[in-house]
Amino acid sequence: MAVKKLGKQTVKFSNPPSIESSATIVGPKEGNGPLKDFFDIILTDDTYGEKSWEKAESKMFQDAVDLALKKANFNINQIDYMLGGDLLNQIISANFAARQLNVPHFGLYGACSTMTEGLTLGAMLIDGGFADNIITATSSHFSTAERQYRYPLEQGIQRPFTSQWTVTGAGATILTSYGNGPYITHATTGKVIDLGMKDANNMGAAMAPAAADTIINHFKDTGFTIEEYDLIMTGDMARVGKDILLELLYKEGFDIESKYKDCGIEIFDESQDVHSGGSGAACSAVVFNGWLLTQILNGVYNKVLFMATGALLSPTSSQQGESIPGIAHAVTISRQK
Amino acid sequence: MDYLKAFIVGGLICAVAQILIDKTKLTPARILVLYVTLGSILGGLGIYKSLIELGGAGATIPLLGFGNTLAQGVIKAVNKDGFIGIFTGGLSAGAGGIGAAIFFGYLFSIIFNPKTKK
Repeated sequence: MAVKKLGKQTVKFSNPPSIESSATIVGPKEGNGPLKDFFDIILTDDTYGEKSWEKAESKMFQDAVDLALKKANFNINQIDYMLGGDLLNQIISANFAARQLNVPHFGLYGACSTMTEGLTLGAMLIDGGFADNIITATSSHFSTAERQYRYPLEQGIQRPFTSQWTVTGAGATILTSYGNGPYITHATTGKVIDLGMKDANNMGAAMAPAAADTIINHFKDTGFTIEEYDLIMTGDMARVGKDILLELLYKEGFDIESKYKDCGIEIFDESQDVHSGGSGAACSAVVFNGWLLTQILNGVYNKVLFMATGALLSPTSSQQGESIPGIAHAVTISRQK
Repeated sequence: MDYLKAFIVGGLICAVAQILIDKTKLTPARILVLYVTLGSILGGLGIYKSLIELGGAGATIPLLGFGNTLAQGVIKAVNKDGFIGIFTGGLSAGAGGIGAAIFFGYLFSIIFNPKTKK
């Protein structure tokens, strides 16, 4: 019997998994942004000494995992499962990193929602009694994503003002069944929602309906009030998506504006010419594992709803004129069980 | 004076494309195809010739000019070889541009590595 299920889309963990450690690596542009003091490693060269950006991304993934292990004083043999994914075809960044890591691995694809997909599934594995130690990680890279989803960089294409800038970086989190928090207490799994947006240069608008749906169902399922949260943070709605999300929620009677932040807005300064804001799987991953967890550990926030958001387009579907489905998974991170 | 005319004609052609990028949902690839097609239509109808007389390289260098070259090539080849010219004329006339694009594209891909945008 699904005793831990709350309502339609949420689970409440009976023994909430604890976040043991986290690690972040970012590229030079992110390292010049307003959150630079919260990242573990800032690359000066976004090829990371490799021959291709794809190799660089996979190396960032692997090094974020290694660093998270080191910070927790773990070695990889103590990890029961790794859960990870990225944005490239056949999730090669994660899988090629796992090739070196020698650990049981589940590859995930949730586009930019991968971080909370990994946290949700990792927490479920632990609370279900299948694992004690889990590592979950994700990565993205501006230059690999650009040629994966849009145009070759050599084409020097102009970016419209609704477009977002894929974050170069990787973030990893270690979850345990026994630590001292912060804890993952609830997880709300999102539905794939598509209201017909077709513009691959306006992903915030494509993801907003899915993000609104997950937030609404989270509050319905848990019975929490907006006031109980110190912060509600989304992954990469960016400026265009933020306005649409807040409006959609407001229409449904949820006024979250005073509690709301978005990783895609926080990670870059407006002077960095990224247009609408940051995006990419690493956007939510590095802001969560860098800035947000530091704030929670320092007691700035006690209870946070963290929700990474994904646009589930593929280059093929875009070329065939398909619209862009969105998804969003939310987890409640709390200093108390 | 030639430079000024070329600048104005070429600049106007590019400004129209920039407006299309900014104000419509057309992708850059579609705008390129649109320009080549438009150029060959204007070339075929003999209209583009007067634009070249006015703007010189300002009219031949943008993609409209390439479309015009294709059309002129086909007209010439059809007059010379008949029906088969429909297929041979365009590429023969464009051979210099296409060959140079491939050669220099290959050359520069050997010399330089792509870099991330700043």
